[in-house]
Amino acid sequence: MPLIRRLWERLILHLDGFLLFAAGLLMLAGLVVLYSAADANLSRVTGQAVNMAVALAIMWLMANVPPQHLARMALPLYALGMGLLIAVALFGEVSNGARRWLYVGVTRIQPSELMKLAVPLMLAWYFDKNEATLRLRDYAVAAALLLAPLLLIFRQPDLGTAVLIAASGFYVLFLAGLSWRIMAGLAVAGAAAAPVLWSLMHDYQRRRILTLLDPTQDPLGAGYHTIQSTIAVGSGGIAGKGWLKGSQTHLDFLPERTTDFIFAVYSEEFGLIGNLVLLILYLLVIGRGIVITANAPTFFTRLMAGSITLTLFTYAFVNMGMVAGILPVVGVPLPLVSYGGTSMVTLLLGLGMLMSIQTHPKLVKT
Amino acid sequence: MKRRVEIRNHQRELYYFRLRLAIAAGFVLTLFALLLGRFVYLQVVQYEHYRTQAEANRISIVPVVPNRGLILDRNGEVLAHNYSAYTLEITPGKVADLEATIDALAEVVDVAPKDRKRFRKLLDESTSFESLPIRTLLSDVEAARFAANRFRFPGVEIKARLFRHYPRGESASHVVGYIGRINDRDLEKLHEDGEYPNYRGSDYIGKVGIEQSYERELHGITGFEQVEVDAGGRAVRTLSRTPPVSGNNLTLALDARLQEVAEQAFGGNRGALVAIEPATGGVLAFVSRPGFDPNLFVEGIDPQNWEALNNSLDRPLNNRALRGVYPPGSTFKPYMALAALELGKRTIHQTISDPGYFTFGGHRFRDSKPGGHGIVDMYKSIVASSDTYYYMLANDLGIDAIAGFMRQFGFGSRTGVDIEGESEGVLPSQEWKQRRFRKPEQQKWYAGETISIGIGQGYNAYTPIQLAQAVATLANDGVMFRPHLVQFVERSGSGERRQIEPQPTRTVPLKPQHLEFVKRAMVGVNREGTGARAFAGAEYVSGGKTGTAQMFSMKGEKYVESRVQERLRDHSLFIAFAPAEEPKIALAVLVENGGFGARTAAPIARQVLDYYLLGKLPRAMQPQAEDDDATD
Repeated sequence: MPLIRRLWERLILHLDGFLLFAAGLLMLAGLVVLYSAADANLSRVTGQAVNMAVALAIMWLMANVPPQHLARMALPLYALGMGLLIAVALFGEVSNGARRWLYVGVTRIQPSELMKLAVPLMLAWYFDKNEATLRLRDYAVAAALLLAPLLLIFRQPDLGTAVLIAASGFYVLFLAGLSWRIMAGLAVAGAAAAPVLWSLMHDYQRRRILTLLDPTQDPLGAGYHTIQSTIAVGSGGIAGKGWLKGSQTHLDFLPERTTDFIFAVYSEEFGLIGNLVLLILYLLVIGRGIVITANAPTFFTRLMAGSITLTLFTYAFVNMGMVAGILPVVGVPLPLVSYGGTSMVTLLLGLGMLMSIQTHPKLVKT
Repeated sequence: MKRRVEIRNHQRELYYFRLRLAIAAGFVLTLFALLLGRFVYLQVVQYEHYRTQAEANRISIVPVVPNRGLILDRNGEVLAHNYSAYTLEITPGKVADLEATIDALAEVVDVAPKDRKRFRKLLDESTSFESLPIRTLLSDVEAARFAANRFRFPGVEIKARLFRHYPRGESASHVVGYIGRINDRDLEKLHEDGEYPNYRGSDYIGKVGIEQSYERELHGITGFEQVEVDAGGRAVRTLSRTPPVSGNNLTLALDARLQEVAEQAFGGNRGALVAIEPATGGVLAFVSRPGFDPNLFVEGIDPQNWEALNNSLDRPLNNRALRGVYPPGSTFKPYMALAALELGKRTIHQTISDPGYFTFGGHRFRDSKPGGHGIVDMYKSIVASSDTYYYMLANDLGIDAIAGFMRQFGFGSRTGVDIEGESEGVLPSQEWKQRRFRKPEQQKWYAGETISIGIGQGYNAYTPIQLAQAVATLANDGVMFRPHLVQFVERSGSGERRQIEPQPTRTVPLKPQHLEFVKRAMVGVNREGTGARAFAGAEYVSGGKTGTAQMFSMKGEKYVESRVQERLRDHSLFIAFAPAEEPKIALAVLVENGGFGARTAAPIARQVLDYYLLGKLPRAMQPQAEDDDATD
């Protein structure tokens, strides 16, 4: 008995109960909606459950890695990620008009996914290293470290991932103390650069932005997703149509309804009340992340925890905003809910880092 | 000191960091509040709007086309019915490359060049994103083969449809007519008549004949299904259903066997025959030769067949019985005699001397018999068909008296038979001529023009159905009925029968002794006169009158048949009724370019009467006919 008890204690030593509970509820909600979104196809649900199990195991491993080790991995991971991104740009696999995948031996990988953690890791590490002597130059270097992978991903094109990585990098910069003046200046510069960015965009990206402004202009083309998902959300009403009873979902009107648009299914079937519950669950996860961030012992862990937390928020906000028709359609999944193994692993890796930061002995830096 | 500053800095940094974190948390809350606001807006404020849209997405109203009513003859013989078969249909709007799709289809099922042509024609005529048949009448094997390859052909579907079929083919084609695909003109008319809603989902509409004139009865009432559809427009399940009401069945007065006998009797001749039941106006047979196969038209006729039918010199699509106008020739004479009696211009026994011609205004009007018939009274004038007698009579009566009398028998007016497209014909009169011509010198009626009117020539021009109606009226002692093809309309659901009431249009005021005389004279025609040869040995008493209608005037020359081109030869006519005592059938026969009425038209009438009254089939139609001569 004591052996099992000790094993159990070892097992949960580096887990954060609160975070795990809130995330677990979201994942459970994800399985329930997925069953409906996949038209009661149980194999989809068990598949996703397997994904979750794998991702949870990875989370556990990550939670047991001390944050200092993490910091040491920053530079190699970033370098590897950049190398792979360049390889993708040169030899990448084109699928659906985008060059995102790279074949390595038997499987294909999406290096941009790796960068979702490698970029904030790299920036946090960089700021941590130069903590004592932070100058404007350091922010410029950090910005360059952020922009290099961003540009490559933006050109793939993968707007969703680019947005998330940009956000995660920006959060590090912001928390590291980027001056308000510079941020204001960047905002102005960003507005000025918009036309340039516009010219760099692919047609479908432009269309999506135009469509956001007026979805009815192209109801069967680019506007279709937005129109149908908005109808799904709106027709859900306060109480929703009931599980498995969403007509938009089950009559095929919703595209991508197990992945990026799963929130439309949820919202149609569970209504405003369901949405409120979902928002609260996300707030619990984010709130816990903020608490962990505030109590994190080192500059590196603070930056890292803050970036992970706020990026998870960004996922949720961008996805729900897109489904509800206030943001353009970009490929961002609903965190912990959407079907798909890769994003589940990335997200739980992030949560594992948060747990690691929270549960490892706070070594006071001298 | 330095160390203290660092520690203080460190704590200040931590403070600033937490401040920034708090700002970020505020940012998170703000944006989530924004999302919540958006959800409230969509799910509470605009709920009704989006619910309606979701319903509109989900529910589609699908019309259910009713079964078209059947058309039966008086004995229940089927003239038009429906059968179910598979068609392969393409929705052009859903197919990117039509040619490539059709080529690929051709590898799975047979697609003949004929099918392609028809499809292209339908494509040109189609108005919307309706599905159009590329192949009809798929065999089970073909249907299975396509089903297995279905995934390769988005926008191509197999459909079980009801097809109209006319099992008797060419027979009675001008009566029954045909249905065809609804075209722009039909649509326009349906909209005008407010009938369009009932035609949602219908592809076909009656184009000609009974199919056209009884369209409202035959079509039925379209039903509706509320179905739930998915984003691809495929029906998922039915929510509610208003069943269609099948079209009503029509029972014609027509006797399909009699019709066939009459058609056979024409052999290869062109012409028309209308037989009427005098007591009701029911049309027993209605022939226009040559006919056509109405089945060709149902799915849209292919250009080759269309050309053949449309360009044929014989004009098979022309309904001669209804639309063709012909001078009645000598079949006009009994009515002329009746007019003379009624108007007191002649008595039965008054005689004239017939030298073989009648001279008027320096012009010599010839009798068809060289040398004339000698002394001719009214009886002989009909039986032997004296022209001179009627030249004189017409001159004595005057054109307007003739027109006034003939109008009562329906000459020159549409009979109102229940199919569309009837011609009016020409009943010449002074007034008609004034209307007809524009130049004053043409508008004037010349007395000389009256002379040939007396023998059914000149401006006289009537449809065969008018001739039949007239003889039926005569046989019915002056009581005229509107000829009608449909006898009963049978309500599809209840089987309740509604009779098309015989409508007496008028009673021609005629003295019984005058009527009796003219009928007796017509009986004489078939017993001892111009019809005697055709009616030799008949087991019933019939009345008749032969007629020959000149195609062009031979200006004093003698008409020699053999020297005239076939198509310029005279038309052959015959009118008849039988049995004479109480006529059950009256008919008019016209054979285009058939020469003398006694020779071609009268034998046809004989065969029809033989079958109708005695059930006797002509030899050609008898089962295991022993080969004798050809039919007479």
